[in-house]
Amino acid sequence: MRQKATPLRQMVTPFLVVCVATLIATAARASPSMKHAPPAEKTKEELFEARPPPFSDGIFPCMDCHKDQKDRNRRELGFHDEQQSVFDHDAEHRWCLDCHDYENRNVLRLASGATVPFTESYRLCGQCHGDKFRDWKAGIHGKRVGNWDGAKTYLLCVSCHNPHSPSFKGVKEIVVDGKVTIAPTLQKLKPEPRPHRPEEMRDGKRAQEFGR
Amino acid sequence: MSARKGLNVLQGAGVDPLGDGPADASRRAFMRTAAAGAAVSALAGCGVDLGEFLRGHFKELSKDDLAKVLAKVEKRNKERFGRDTKVTAEGPRPGVEFGYGLDISRCVGCRRCVYACVKENNQSPEQPQIHLIRVLEMDKEQGVDLAHSELYYDADAVPRPGKFYFPVQCQQCRNPPCVKTCPTQATWKERDGIVVIDYDWCIGCRCCMSACPYGARHFNWGDPKLPAEELNPNQHYLGNRPRPKGVVEKCTFCIQRTRNGRYPACVEICPVGARKFGNLLDPESEIRKVMETKRVFVFKEELATHPQFYYFYAT
Amino acid sequence: MSGVLEFLKGCVRQVLAGGKGYKAWVAFLLVTIAIGGIAYAQQIRYGLIATNMRDQVSWAFYVGNFTFLVGVAAAAVLLVIPAYVYQWKPLKEVVVLGELLAISALIMCLLFILVDMGRPDRFLHIMPLFGTPNWPRSLLTWDALVLNGYLAVNLILVSYLLFKTYRGEHYDKRIFLPLVLLSIPVSISTHTVTAFLYNGMAARPYWNASILAPRFIASAFCSGPAVMIILFQVLRKTNELPIKDEAIWKIAELMAYAMFLNLFLLGAELFKEYYSATEHLLYTQYLWTGIGEHRTLVPWAWFSLFSSIVAFVLFLIPATRRNFFTLNLGCLLIWAGCYIEKGMGLIIPGMTPDTLGEIYEYKPSATEWGIAAGVFGIGFLIFTLLVKIAVPILVGTFRAPERTGASAPATGAGLATH
Repeated sequence: MRQKATPLRQMVTPFLVVCVATLIATAARASPSMKHAPPAEKTKEELFEARPPPFSDGIFPCMDCHKDQKDRNRRELGFHDEQQSVFDHDAEHRWCLDCHDYENRNVLRLASGATVPFTESYRLCGQCHGDKFRDWKAGIHGKRVGNWDGAKTYLLCVSCHNPHSPSFKGVKEIVVDGKVTIAPTLQKLKPEPRPHRPEEMRDGKRAQEFGR
Repeated sequence: MSARKGLNVLQGAGVDPLGDGPADASRRAFMRTAAAGAAVSALAGCGVDLGEFLRGHFKELSKDDLAKVLAKVEKRNKERFGRDTKVTAEGPRPGVEFGYGLDISRCVGCRRCVYACVKENNQSPEQPQIHLIRVLEMDKEQGVDLAHSELYYDADAVPRPGKFYFPVQCQQCRNPPCVKTCPTQATWKERDGIVVIDYDWCIGCRCCMSACPYGARHFNWGDPKLPAEELNPNQHYLGNRPRPKGVVEKCTFCIQRTRNGRYPACVEICPVGARKFGNLLDPESEIRKVMETKRVFVFKEELATHPQFYYFYAT
Repeated sequence: MSGVLEFLKGCVRQVLAGGKGYKAWVAFLLVTIAIGGIAYAQQIRYGLIATNMRDQVSWAFYVGNFTFLVGVAAAAVLLVIPAYVYQWKPLKEVVVLGELLAISALIMCLLFILVDMGRPDRFLHIMPLFGTPNWPRSLLTWDALVLNGYLAVNLILVSYLLFKTYRGEHYDKRIFLPLVLLSIPVSISTHTVTAFLYNGMAARPYWNASILAPRFIASAFCSGPAVMIILFQVLRKTNELPIKDEAIWKIAELMAYAMFLNLFLLGAELFKEYYSATEHLLYTQYLWTGIGEHRTLVPWAWFSLFSSIVAFVLFLIPATRRNFFTLNLGCLLIWAGCYIEKGMGLIIPGMTPDTLGEIYEYKPSATEWGIAAGVFGIGFLIFTLLVKIAVPILVGTFRAPERTGASAPATGAGLATH
């Protein structure tokens, strides 16, 4: 029976060798390619923390209220006045459903129709604000805390820029689900007190004695 | 310098150099101990520490002496503030050259950096007040014009219309005029770029303050009044340890943080992300990206101080 | 050496004896020194916050006085050069008094530096061997070197000359002359180095001008000799120290030339600032016309210029130079002019506006006035005591006991016979 098996083995072995070789080659090519060209968000998500989206109390998940969708048309809303009254984000051309998904209000909608969760809202902003998005990914735009040499925590765009009135005014710390995050405010920041003038600097102990 | 090393060895060995005289019978050692002895006995009456008086320069301290010096600082902290502190003398990391970026298209003049620095660096907050960061309000129409800038702006909301903000702190120059002019080498530039001061070596002559073009060095005119509960216990010998009166201090890029990989306090507190910090030698760092892609300039460039502090416009 | 002990005892006796005027003067000086001591104790206790210096103006009254006094110390050279380089006899007699003034001025300089330091207890840090002086890069280490060097040269010269004269002996020209001639470049160097200290600071455009070193030398030769002129007249009256009118007039004439140079250099500076009219003009403007409502120094600047010009004219015209009333008036005016110009008139505009454009109008505090008075008291007291010892030696009334009755010493060891 040996003679019959040999031709079979002779056929299979080279095939096996080629398969294994291909697998090895693919694996070898795969690791360097992952080092050289990682998608930026993926690296960030691996290395960096993010602060949660600054939801106001009780507003999320949206589908708790938006169960029955009816009207797609642009109109004046009967609710969400907090957002509607300040809305100036290209208000002439844009309205709510350009960013919020009609079917599932718990996610946001990209121009292509694809959806992104609120924790990745930067992808939505980045569609139009590409230069800011690039800078933000590089760490040039926006606040980061942590280590220059290691793990950092970044903020979402909406932590500083109210998506309904995006120009920067002010920020404050809030707690969302027990986690501290940053939320934009509608008032500009109040500066800390001015420094003492040199004439105002006196030794506290003997303030009256020294002077002009 | 052998005399001082000899002295250090003896001190390390617990030998009182004034009692027995140094084993090294060189003339320098004798002169030093004899003259120092006379001066010391005079000063001992004024409460000046013998060991501190005879100490050598920081850069010449042996490991043991350095440990003793740090322990002494911790002890002094305990006496002054009643709190335990950790004082280190962490050295510069190899392959690191710090760079600082300040985005003046973002700064809104809120001064949160100023006060975060005061907290982190154990500065005297009131009477006398020392701020290592000074934020200047300038007119957008005038541009960077110091003669028309305003340090003492008061406002209910910032930024004020038509104004922009220009914070100044130590630029950690590569060609520092303060280091050049210091008569005792109490200030020097470390390998990672931070210009440091040994507060126990400074004689308070204030040459460095006259020489600094950025007004970045500040003098302890009176006793610093730091409340014990506000003390930051994580300290660096060349950085945020509480200073005595009569010496100069300045921004050290939060040396106690940055040498451990952390951002300086001002970078972390800035609410608009106007401050960027990192290793200029790392091509992936934020500060390198800033240098490569943004319009960067240096303050008072004509003075050729070559700062490691860069101003830029991100937009 | 019993001779030295005798000499010292004799010095003490000289110093303790004196007329009512002398005693009143010394008492006055002791009072100012006491005031200075009290003020300094306050400063030690509370720190330099007792002054009105702040970060914005971190060098002020003390450093201003220091700068002025370095000039006064350099003034001895104005006597040494004609006397020993040009062998002008009438001045040779009194060179030693100029050196005594230099010694007193140098001690005042060192004291002003000491009171200006935040940590004077750490003075060892600047010394070689004990500390780590930043030599040669730091101009302050150079300053310490040349000031102490000049003090040492003068002390050696004066002690040697006076002791030899006291003993009625000739001084050895081989020791004396080289030292005297050495004192000329050392003296010029004290002033040049002090000028370079300010000159080298790029951060302070008002000081960062090449003209500073020549101006310092020129104004140095104006201020110190004014004291000498007044002193010589006092000594002539009280001790019958025979100083010729010629010597006094020659000094005044040299001062006139020095003041001309000083005024010329000032004019050159003002032209550069006002004509180029860059932002650096602000500092000069602060001094001469003020900036906005900040005008503290303006009246002083103009008073100083007026005094200097008037003094220049008075010294230049031989008639007014020879009239002792106008001569003394000129001395007072030139002293005042130089004091303002080199003291506050140099330091404060260098720092106002500060490096970030802020204007802090500085005025000395009571503590600073007190300490300055004390330092001047010490300096003038030292000068008084030294002169009180030196003049009797020169005149011949204070001699070593075994030499009593010996003839007046030969030429070169004291006063020329006349």
